[in-house]
Amino acid sequence: MSAYLQSAGAPALEAAALSYRRLLLRRSVLVGVLLALLVASVLADLASGASGMGLGQLLAGILDPDALSATERVIIWNVRLPYALMAVLVGAALSLAGAEMQAILDNPLASPFTLGVSSAAALGASLAIAYPLAIDWLAPSGQVTVAAFVFACLSVLLLQAMSRLRGAGVESLVLFGIALVFSCNALVSLLQLLATEDVLQQLVFWTLGSLARANWEKLGILAAVLVVLLPFSLRAAPGMTLLRMGEDRARSFGVDVRRLRYASLLRISLLAATAVAFVGTIGFVGLVGPHMARLLVGEDQRFLLPASALVGALLLSLSSIASKLILPGVIVPVGIVTALVGVPVFVALVFRRGRRL
Amino acid sequence: MNLKVDGIEVAYGRRRIIHGLSLPELPAGSLVALVGPNGAGKSTLLRALAGLERMQGGLSLGGRDLTRLNAAERARLLAYMPQQLPPGIALSVLESVIAALRVGNEPDVLRASFEALARIGIEDLAEQSLDGLSGGQRQLVSLAQLIARKPQVLLLDEPTSALDLHYQLRVMDCVRELVREHQLLAVAVLHDINLAAACADFIVVLHGGQLYASGAPAAVLTPALLAEVYGVEARVEQCSRGRLQVLVDRALPRVRSGRYR
Repeated sequence: MSAYLQSAGAPALEAAALSYRRLLLRRSVLVGVLLALLVASVLADLASGASGMGLGQLLAGILDPDALSATERVIIWNVRLPYALMAVLVGAALSLAGAEMQAILDNPLASPFTLGVSSAAALGASLAIAYPLAIDWLAPSGQVTVAAFVFACLSVLLLQAMSRLRGAGVESLVLFGIALVFSCNALVSLLQLLATEDVLQQLVFWTLGSLARANWEKLGILAAVLVVLLPFSLRAAPGMTLLRMGEDRARSFGVDVRRLRYASLLRISLLAATAVAFVGTIGFVGLVGPHMARLLVGEDQRFLLPASALVGALLLSLSSIASKLILPGVIVPVGIVTALVGVPVFVALVFRRGRRL
Repeated sequence: MNLKVDGIEVAYGRRRIIHGLSLPELPAGSLVALVGPNGAGKSTLLRALAGLERMQGGLSLGGRDLTRLNAAERARLLAYMPQQLPPGIALSVLESVIAALRVGNEPDVLRASFEALARIGIEDLAEQSLDGLSGGQRQLVSLAQLIARKPQVLLLDEPTSALDLHYQLRVMDCVRELVREHQLLAVAVLHDINLAAACADFIVVLHGGQLYASGAPAAVLTPALLAEVYGVEARVEQCSRGRLQVLVDRALPRVRSGRYR
């Protein structure tokens, strides 16, 4: 060790090392607890539903599909499992995207929902619903998903283009995102105004955000996006932690902040666009998930990013259960549940931290 | 390693902040105070040295052209301490210093971080949350992050602005010791002329984005300079212990040309 720094007393250093290791252990345990809670929530989500199939019957059916009747097979493999797993993947994707957005934009209100990604996706989906193209190889429902994905990606690319403009600070990006929300919402409203009654119903239903659009193909794509992107997020975590302590500090310590932001926005666009395109607009998970995770594991992004993904997955999984219980016999679109639950949770968080998120 | 600054130009859009500034070679093993009135370009110059502002002109350290290095290479040689550590960061003090090292090549980040805290005398704060610290304590943590990285050049933007008298002297003493022991160079923007006179080996006075004067404190700090640059009537005297003291009597009225009477 260079004498550059004062040699600290061995007992003091050992005590600090022990305390630091305990802190890391506590955070790892908390991440493990979140994972366990998520598994429990998924099982509860699988077990809940109008058909009255219990968890034991369900698990037996999953392990031995041949023993199921045709109806039971449809309930388990086409409804319960895809819904429950989609809630986990969408929650994880939106919350991870939100956590990265909050870190790179240094703004506690940043999320795919608040910065226009969801609104842009809704605009794309609405256009595809209102004016479907006559394409043989792509059904109208597929066109809706593709249009939502393309528009969501375009919105983040616009944010990226803004970030590359000389003199465009983080504040400009956030303001641009908010402007995007209002513009897209206004255009969606215009489409709704011009739509026929039948189309209007479809438009409204899409913007509500629902797990009913889940299928195995979508699950596979979203899982692949998450599995591929999460390691890149974790690799960028040390730079993001430093960025939270100020851009000048991070840059002077050797972090290529422009590149970090650019790569992160690319990940955010893929995560948010894929999630929103598959299930529609689901608010607050991307905003509240990272804040709840921060309360649990702090700002070290090596823990915060995976914890955010887990909290987001847990929140949406619990919302999925609630969506089946609120109105017996009816599955309320999960987007409504997250907004209803998200608002009080968010307000509670704001007050708990003395309005300093 | 000596720092050479040759004909630096920095502009924000069309507004030029630093005009063709050249400095006498700043030698390793010295603490240089950058002083001047508000808007003189002190912080801008410091940020340009840190590579945070686009600049034109020559900048070299020990004969190595700094303008050709990438951010990571430059960060191994120079480290910049901003004025503030932002609030609302859910990290402990020790974690925040470790975070500053995780983007570098330090093999034992925990030891280096703790020893940096010990060097400044704040190792007892290691487990405290950054959010629970006073502004002064946060400034000390900021300095600990800097010295934990062991750079050759410390660039300090008003490092004592939030500190009480005790810590002002303690921080400057710490920086001076580091500079002497390891032949580093420290460049600090200071508003307190008396602190600059007491601690610095050299004073660089900026005025209107240009070099106004530079040299040893006793040679630079004169009543005429203080009147011309700061617009104050002041005396420069030696105290009973032989230290230079600037005693300000009054602010001078500004005349139409923008100069002081």
